[in-house]
Parts: sequence; C-alpha cells; structure tokens
Amino acid sequence: MSRAALVWTRRRRALAGYARAFAGNRGGMAGLAVLALIGLAALTAPLFVDDAALSHTGAEGGRFQPPGLDHPLGTDAFGRSVLDLVVWGARISLTVGFLAAFASVALGTLIGVVAGHYGGWPGNVLMRVTDWFAVLPALVMAVALAAVMSRSTLTIIIAIGVTAWPTTARVVRAQTLAVEARPFIERARALGGGHAHVMLRHVLPNVMPVVLAQTTLLVAEAILMEATLAFLGLGDAGTISWGGIIEEARNAGAVSSGIWWYMIPPGVAIAVVALSFTMCGRALEGVLNPRQRERP
Amino acid sequence: MSAPADPARGSAAGGAPVLSTAGLQIAFSGRSGRAAARAVDGVDLEIGAGEIVALVGESGCGKSTLARALLGLVRPTAGAVSFHGRGLVYRPRDLKAFRRRVQLVLQDPTGALNPRHTVYDAVAEGRRIHTGSTADERDHVAEALSRAGLRPPERFFLRYPHELSGGQRQRVAIAGALILQPEVIVADEPVASLDASVRGEILQLLLRLRDDYGLAALVVTHDLGLAWNIADRAAVMYLGRVVETGTVEEVLAAPRHPYTRALLSVLPESSAGEQQILAGEPPDPTRIPAGCRFHVRCPVLASGAAQAAGVADRCRSEDPGMLGGSPGVAQVACHWAHAPEPEPAEWAGPG
Repeated sequence: MSRAALVWTRRRRALAGYARAFAGNRGGMAGLAVLALIGLAALTAPLFVDDAALSHTGAEGGRFQPPGLDHPLGTDAFGRSVLDLVVWGARISLTVGFLAAFASVALGTLIGVVAGHYGGWPGNVLMRVTDWFAVLPALVMAVALAAVMSRSTLTIIIAIGVTAWPTTARVVRAQTLAVEARPFIERARALGGGHAHVMLRHVLPNVMPVVLAQTTLLVAEAILMEATLAFLGLGDAGTISWGGIIEEARNAGAVSSGIWWYMIPPGVAIAVVALSFTMCGRALEGVLNPRQRERP
Repeated sequence: MSAPADPARGSAAGGAPVLSTAGLQIAFSGRSGRAAARAVDGVDLEIGAGEIVALVGESGCGKSTLARALLGLVRPTAGAVSFHGRGLVYRPRDLKAFRRRVQLVLQDPTGALNPRHTVYDAVAEGRRIHTGSTADERDHVAEALSRAGLRPPERFFLRYPHELSGGQRQRVAIAGALILQPEVIVADEPVASLDASVRGEILQLLLRLRDDYGLAALVVTHDLGLAWNIADRAAVMYLGRVVETGTVEEVLAAPRHPYTRALLSVLPESSAGEQQILAGEPPDPTRIPAGCRFHVRCPVLASGAAQAAGVADRCRSEDPGMLGGSPGVAQVACHWAHAPEPEPAEWAGPG
C-alpha cells in the first residue's frame, strides 16, 4: 500500500464513518432532506418558472386570487403565482444566506483563532475591536451600510458579513483558549511546531465543530437578516427574495385585507430553512466530534 | 543516533553532557503585587549520553517546570540550558532545530494526543514538521511504532487515540518522539497516569531504547521506586533546587539529605527506620525560607540533631548553596550532612 493509497483509505474511511454517523441522526437527515429539496427547487427554478410569470406586467393570473388549482398558493397584487415567487425567492435568500454566513464565519474564525492563540496585547486589541463591533446594533449598522453603498445583493452580503462576525470571533476565541490549554498543544510545540502548525493542524480542527455549528446558525440568521433588510426596502428592488415578497405584501395591504397566502408562504419558507440549517448543524457537530460519536 | 561509548550503567561521567543547565532560574511573576513564584531557583543538572537521570520531588517542587525549560518551552529568568555545551538560542528557527534532537513525553497520553488525529498522523507529525511529507514517511512511522513496541504497526495506523488503551497511547506518544531520532527524551511523569501492569512495560521500553539506541533520558517522577528501577543517577528536588544528587545507589540506598530520607522512610519497604511524616506547611515557591530552604520542615533540625552537630544556626541563616551538576560525585546541600559530627551514616531517624 503506497502512501497516497494510505491517505486515500484513511480519508475514505473517515468520510464513510461521518456519513454513517450522520445518517443515524434523524433530525439531521430530516433537515438535510428539506434543504436538498429546497436547494434543488432553487437550482432548477428557471426550468419550470417562466420569466414572464415573474414580471409585474406579464403575469397571467388575476389580482389576489386565493389558492386554487391554477395557482396552488394564490396570486399577488400583480397576478403572479406566489408559489413561483417563493421558489424563485429561495435562490436569492439561500445565496445571500450562504455567502454572508461564510464571509462572517471566516472573518470571525480568523480573528478568534489569532486572538486566542497569541493572547497578550495583540489578542486584547483584537478582542476590543470585536467588542466594538458587537455593541454596534447590527440592524442599524446593516441599514446604514446598505443605504450608503449601491443597492445590490452584494451590498446586503457585505452588510451582514461585517455585522455578524463578532459572535463567531468570541465563541471561537473561547474554544481556542480551551484547546490551547490541552497537552497535545504542548506536545506539538515540543515536536518543533510553530504558530502556523499549532493553529492549522491542532486548533482549527478542534474548533471546527463550533465553527460549523456557528455557520449553520449564521446561515439561518443571515437569511433572517436579509429578509429584514429586504422587508425594510433596502434590498435590490430588481430581485425577488422572501423578505422582499413580505414587504410587497405589506405594501399591498395584505395584512389588513386578510390575504394570508401572500405573506404566510415566504414566512414559512424562512422558518423551515432556518430550522433545517440548525438541525443539520447540530447533527454535524455530533458527527465531527469522535468522542461524542462513540456514545451509544 | 550514536551508541554511547560506554554503555555500562551510571558511567557517563567521562563524556561531555548532552543536555545541561547552569544556574537555571525560572520565576513566574505574581499578579497584582504578589511575590513572584520561583519555581526553579538555581539548578545545575547534567544529562550524559545514554544516561537515564531521575528527577525526584513532590508536586509543586518545580520539576515539571524544569523539564519544560529543558525543551525551551519555558524561558529561564536567569541561567542557561545548554545542548552539547552550547547555550540554547530562543529564536524560532533555532528552537525548532533543537527540538528535533530533544523530545518531550508527557504524563497523560490521553491529553497529549490530538483526539482528531489517527495514530499515523500523531506519529508522523514531528517528521512532517521537520522534513515535510516524504515518500518514505510510511516506513518511518512503521519503524517508530515498532520500536515503541506496537506491532504490527500497520494495525495501528488508522486507529484513533480513544480506541487504544492507556499503555498503547503512551507508546504512540513515545513513537511520535522516536520518529525524530532524538538524542534525549525528557519524560514528565511518563507512567504516573498508567496502571501498574502497564508501567513496567513502558519503563522496560525506556531502558531498551537506552540500551539499543543510546537514548539519554530525564525522567521526572515523584515515585522513588520508579527512579530506583530505571535511572542511573537521581537528583532530588525541593522547592526549586536540587538538594541531593548522585548515582541511584548513593541517593536512594544511602541518602544523606534529611528530605531524601523522609521521602524514603514512607515507602512501604523502607529500611530507613520509622516513618517520618514531614511537618510544617507545604512548600510555597512565592515564599522561599531564608537559610536552608528545607529548615522549617527539617526533622533533623526539629529533633535537635542539628543543634548537637553545631549547625542549627547555619541551617536557619545560611543557604547551603547550589549543587554542581557534574555526574561523577554524590553531592548533598545540607549543613548537617556536611558537619563532622555525628557521623550521618549512623543516623537512624530522629529521636
């Protein structure tokens, strides 16, 4: 068995083990199934949703039709099918949720690990900066950023990414401190490992469960934040997102006139996706911690 | 790795020491005005090629700090650590080169192995740090594992530490040190967390490595029996300083320092007369007593034997000084042991 084959065997076994353990977790599998379904719908949306059906002028349905055979979730103020809107909205909501969560988790992890590893004054300075960002009201900051920069999906991603990282940084730093106190860090240093070795080979893999859990929570949070910003009218007016649909519904007076099918579906979609990410995250956390996995 | 010129036990006196300290002091600064803790307070120690030295002392005496200082993990406040006669340079690159030749084995193998790394990764880690991933890495890992007594090594490659027994874990940790082919291993309580049946095996392994590969070792322990079984020389440490040193036979069979005698007297199979439970407060490195640092707890001083020998005042006021590290002679830092009368060898416990 050559070295490459050995590495491959090791990786394949590890992955198979993870997959088996994950499959044993019902909540995680349910969350994953729902996410796969929504993801598939979002990816294939252009195949069965016509562009014309989403335009304000070209929709063929009547105004505010209640759910029926033609339009399973009814229609909106412009006669568009709400089902089409929700499926299309998943594209923007998931994209923004993922990218913003990855941006903020990457930033938070970098700052948390560096602050925890070096400690001393560099760590303190980093944590004071983190505190400063943490006490800024995230929504106000995001609104301000979204207002100053050009109105685009990228602006929303940046606004969420910049405001959401302090929690991750704090959590990761705490975990880093706990890992750094363990004897294998001392062993790694005694073997001759430098800062980069300790941080990349020992600290990072051991904070990954926390980071993953944090990512899944943040995806949910970023989707909510995106919905909030879009609801406040700060989103890109040219795109359809779940928050944007709810905003349009409110503008159209859906609340007072009892047009529930206009508001409930995007709201439920937001809740279901957030819940699925959380369930997947919890399951993944258990799988990636080998000692936790050993428990029956 | 070179075999020692003279593999006979306890005869490394002739050669130059591999690893040594001179006047080593390590103080941890106290918080908010409290006094600094002088964990190591002047130690001269030498480890020769192919020699096993036991560093004995109770918890808190600074022996673990000394072990870490030997690897450059803790920077000394004063004094120096020397490797082959050259002082340690605390620059990252020099430390890295140094740590290829001196290795640490920790007390608790469960904590010392990253739970996310397989045995293969844990053993290969040191080699990857120093030479990167090479094509023959697998052979080196296999060889290190079999030298540490894990055979056949292939069976262990893909295991995780939590799937192994305590003794196997410690062997993995030792294999991880051996893969770098070090000249010296510093083992901090290597068997303290293992059960008795495994202890013997690990100690046997250390002895075999010494005999087969000329590996020198400093074994830090609180267990005198362990020191007796594997070490060539022993150094007894009390409150940051070595108070008695010599060959194991000299120190443990004919102890001269009252502290060593007290430690030995509480062993079940002791022949040192009745048991002495040391009185007084446990040593506190933030408040090291003046004079002999042991005098407040010294049974010889308390019993009046020191008074009879006419050294009681010196015990209270005069520091007996540091012991030289040279391995040839047995030394003791005790005024009473150096006093001409009464003959310390006839001493059979106080009153």
